[in-house]
Amino acid sequence: MLKGIGASPGIAIGKVLLLKKEELNFQHMTITDVEGEKKKLHKALEISKQQLEEIKKTSTEQQRSILDAHVMILEDPELISSVEGKIDSEKLNVEAVLDEVLKMFIAIFEGMDNEYMKERAADIRDVGQRLVMNLMGKEQLNLQELKEPVILAAHDITPSDTAQMDREMVLGFITDIGGRTSHSAIMARSMEIPAVVGLGNITEEVKMGDTIILDGKEGTILINPDSSVIEEYAKRREEEEEVKRELRKLVNSDTVSKDGVKVELASNIGNPKDAKKAHENGAEGIGLYRTEFLYMDRSSLPTEEEQFKAYKEVLEIMGDRPVVIRTLDIGGDKELPYLNLPKEMNPFLGYRAIRICLDEKEIFKTQLRALLRASVYGNLKIMYPMISSVEEVRQANEILEEVKQELKAVNINYSTEIEVGIMIEIPAAAVISDILAKEVDFFSIGTNDLIQYTTAVDRMNEKISYLYNPFNPAVLRLIKTVIDNGHKAGIWVGMCGEVAGDQRLIPILLGMGLDEFSMSASSVLPARKQIQGLCYEEMKGIAEKVLEISTAKEIEEFVKLNI
Amino acid sequence: MLIKTVVVKNNSGLHARPATMVVKEASKYRSEIMIINGTIEVNAKSIMGIMAMGANKGQELELRIDGSDEKEALEALGALFETNFDE
Repeated sequence: MLKGIGASPGIAIGKVLLLKKEELNFQHMTITDVEGEKKKLHKALEISKQQLEEIKKTSTEQQRSILDAHVMILEDPELISSVEGKIDSEKLNVEAVLDEVLKMFIAIFEGMDNEYMKERAADIRDVGQRLVMNLMGKEQLNLQELKEPVILAAHDITPSDTAQMDREMVLGFITDIGGRTSHSAIMARSMEIPAVVGLGNITEEVKMGDTIILDGKEGTILINPDSSVIEEYAKRREEEEEVKRELRKLVNSDTVSKDGVKVELASNIGNPKDAKKAHENGAEGIGLYRTEFLYMDRSSLPTEEEQFKAYKEVLEIMGDRPVVIRTLDIGGDKELPYLNLPKEMNPFLGYRAIRICLDEKEIFKTQLRALLRASVYGNLKIMYPMISSVEEVRQANEILEEVKQELKAVNINYSTEIEVGIMIEIPAAAVISDILAKEVDFFSIGTNDLIQYTTAVDRMNEKISYLYNPFNPAVLRLIKTVIDNGHKAGIWVGMCGEVAGDQRLIPILLGMGLDEFSMSASSVLPARKQIQGLCYEEMKGIAEKVLEISTAKEIEEFVKLNI
Repeated sequence: MLIKTVVVKNNSGLHARPATMVVKEASKYRSEIMIINGTIEVNAKSIMGIMAMGANKGQELELRIDGSDEKEALEALGALFETNFDE
């Protein structure tokens, strides 16, 4: 058994197709027929373009944008004139000249201090390889023409490889290099093809036609295993698929316990693409849209228009389902270099989130304007992060009101039914949740920070990570307090931290009366299945008992035994 | 020859999509179209040239266009910068 990095989950069993990029050995020759060399270049450019156009015909939109970029590189006049110029001046064969020119461009892009640009180097290398192959008259494997399903083995899977992959024919892939965030891994997950990357030297260890078992979750592969092992894995694959099929059936069903208590399962997202995924996975709403991603990885603040478009898109994807959009939560571990915020001793206890927004009012107002304008396209709810006092809620609401008046003055429409809520993630807010409940329409408990602040445990510090525990009795009691105080005031209470999707804790939360659970999209269907199998009254009893137990360890054991 | 100064006003700068928009538009014209950023001069029809130039938001660039359809080209490219590449 060989171990690599599990890049995309799932089991695949099949024959290997070795995608070995040939070492392109061409000679460096002095030539006399300058025009002949140039003709060869143009012919190769033409063939390459045709190949890409051909691939494009059956590719998805995302794949097409990669292929379009490749075509544009082939049409680049700088590339062509550099090569032609060098053929003229150096009297070298076209392959040698092209190689030199491509290396120069690749070096420029690799040297940039921008991740996006660095990735473009891979595109140039990829399309350059195609061009040189065509110059040398070598045939290229077209992955669209696979006749039988295979497992691809390659040094690396390039953008144009993934752009022509047919999911029916590619059962999975394995590579020598790469990690969980490399292009190959990201594409594998988005295409839902099982993959193991970073196997070191796998292209040397497997041969064409070898039978392979690939376990994308464990990151392991087996080469030419016994038939009994194959059977075992085939059974596991069948079981996994059966589970998936069963879960798929729940996409449009309600989340109701055995005794008829209905809760809402929502999803946490960072961008409109995630919203699509959430919708496909049966999320009944968005419980947390982290808007800070709109502000990150760029050199200046996003405009109102950019924000408006993103919010509108998410609202439209979700239709009449609720979408809770959290206002800017920056600071802590999320920095925005262009705001030039000073370094702090304790960033998690510092100038962050709503504290920045109430201070830098214009940043906040721009976001609120974009939100209000988008509100007419769906069921928007606005949520303020990092609230620790009533004053902060009132101040934020005053600014919101101000923006509403400004919009009204210029006849811009916004929904009049927007609920406004707060994150409960600071113990101070949990303790006064009975008072806060009178000021807002809902609570959403942010467990990641609530645990960190309640137990005084830095969640990034590995040395004390054993103290960061959602079963901590103080944390569970605070959660129960917040839910009860919300319900007493007649507002709904949700949760948008990791805990909300944790199957060990969902039963207790259900028993405590939580109304909305917001989690990653892939957790929604398993959570729905779990809740449909639980009895609320029974969980209520268990939750009551849990709150009487003294230690986290005992609570965890009690839950394991009783559910 | 026509010369015009433009400012990169869109947030993401002359990267990715805006860069491809410039190349697509510039390629429609026969004129020679150069973009000058300080001491760097690149061909507006070259995707790699424009991306390598790496112009960010706020940067002033000079468009230098020479050829039979220079007027139309200047108008079209100027409009792209003016409208922030639809961002």
